[in-house]
Amino acid sequence: MPKPNPQDRVYSRDHEWAKDNGDGTVVVGITDYAQEMLTDIVFVELPTNGKKVAKGEPVAVVESVKSVSDVYSPVSGEVIDVNTKLESNPEIVNQDAFGDGWMVKIRLSDAGELKTLLRAADYEQMLKEEKH
Amino acid sequence: MGWNKLRKTPLYEKHIALNAKIIDFGGWAMPVQYTNVIEEHRATRGFAGLFDICHMGEIEIKGPQALDLLQLVLTRNLAEQAIGQVKLSALLNEKGGIIDDLTVYKMANDFYMLVTNATPKDRDWAWLNQIQQKKKFDCSLKDISDKTGKLDLQGPRSEQILQKFTETDLTTLRFYHFYESRVAGFPAIISRSGYTGEDGFEIYTAADVIGNIWDSLMHAGEHLGLKPAGLGARDTLRLEAGMMLNGQDMNESVSPLEVPYSWIVDMNKEFIGKEAVLARKNSGKGNKLVGIEVTGRGIARHEYKVFYGGKEIGVVTSGTFSPSLNKAIGMAFVAIDFSAPDTQIEIAVRDAMVQAKIVKLPFYKREK
Repeated sequence: MPKPNPQDRVYSRDHEWAKDNGDGTVVVGITDYAQEMLTDIVFVELPTNGKKVAKGEPVAVVESVKSVSDVYSPVSGEVIDVNTKLESNPEIVNQDAFGDGWMVKIRLSDAGELKTLLRAADYEQMLKEEKH
Repeated sequence: MGWNKLRKTPLYEKHIALNAKIIDFGGWAMPVQYTNVIEEHRATRGFAGLFDICHMGEIEIKGPQALDLLQLVLTRNLAEQAIGQVKLSALLNEKGGIIDDLTVYKMANDFYMLVTNATPKDRDWAWLNQIQQKKKFDCSLKDISDKTGKLDLQGPRSEQILQKFTETDLTTLRFYHFYESRVAGFPAIISRSGYTGEDGFEIYTAADVIGNIWDSLMHAGEHLGLKPAGLGARDTLRLEAGMMLNGQDMNESVSPLEVPYSWIVDMNKEFIGKEAVLARKNSGKGNKLVGIEVTGRGIARHEYKVFYGGKEIGVVTSGTFSPSLNKAIGMAFVAIDFSAPDTQIEIAVRDAMVQAKIVKLPFYKREK
């Protein structure tokens, strides 16, 4: 069973999360549900600092043994940090998708976008509906 | 999920009960993984894995001239094949391209069984019948795929597990040989062969009892580390072992001499496609299927382009992360001039060029 989705962040319909640092930046990762669907993650490709992304655009790539999947940025802005630990230990995403498995830190270009994302309860409702 | 249009094997309900992830493999609803690929891969290398291979095809050829038909359509010389022996061979079209790579089971002097890949089975069947109608050998062909079930039990503990269910002494069964025997009380062909690079067995039985054998093996094997394994693990296992996948690493435009199959082509006999194969070889042109290892950061995947010094020289046919070797490996079809081992190449991975090199196959060889 996937871990509960923390209440301290917001979620995209593509299974990414964004956690507001309160200083105009967010930390972004994929949900535990997403890592469970991907199973054995063996490679993570991260952007370089300074990359500008728009909401819904690919910001990273995760690969399992069988599959290649884009990670879509849940917000628009500029990448200011990436989790380089994932380059040598991609399995951290499987182990701790909501914590040590974070992928990028983004400086928001439009803080209002956060309000357009799902709260944990809404994301869970969406998952339930997807299963039917 | 809407798998209604796909064909299902007799074991489909067991896969669903095991919560397998199902994919469309050549029109078949097949389990790609039960838990995850790496776990199933390692279980097979370390202990044993059980694979549903009911989707593959079986064709019987019976009659005094069965061998004559096979000698004409297959690249391998089967004249010396013993009863009870299995031979891998290639079925070519008239242009020398590979329709299928299949195994030939010699059941009796006038009785053979061909085991085909799932996707080209209907093509094989049509081609064999086309040749037979023209040549009218004294033999008959029968497609027994639907009533035949197949399980692969692979891994170092396979013999220990299977021995519990058969009176036949498996220690006397040699690699690429088979016995007609019983498994769990049901008539079955037990073949010591497989597609993983491990010791193991391919088991053929009636489709309507394959579920009983599956349950027996799973039940007895569980405490020995046996796991059900899906097509995902089958793919990483065969790739590490340097075995090709039909339709992906080869197809009807590829000559058996362009891939590591020259050992199953016998130029001292006549077979359909021989002239074309020879002509292509003598032209000195063409491509070669090679092993590749990614030395930079990334994973080579099917259809990624291969470059040498900025020039496109080929394409990746199979690529994955190797669970046994913990690195990205694959096979690529490259221009023959760039096919030597240790040639430094680049692979286009999305918008980056990733360093790789050509290596000898296989990547993995079990300890004997």
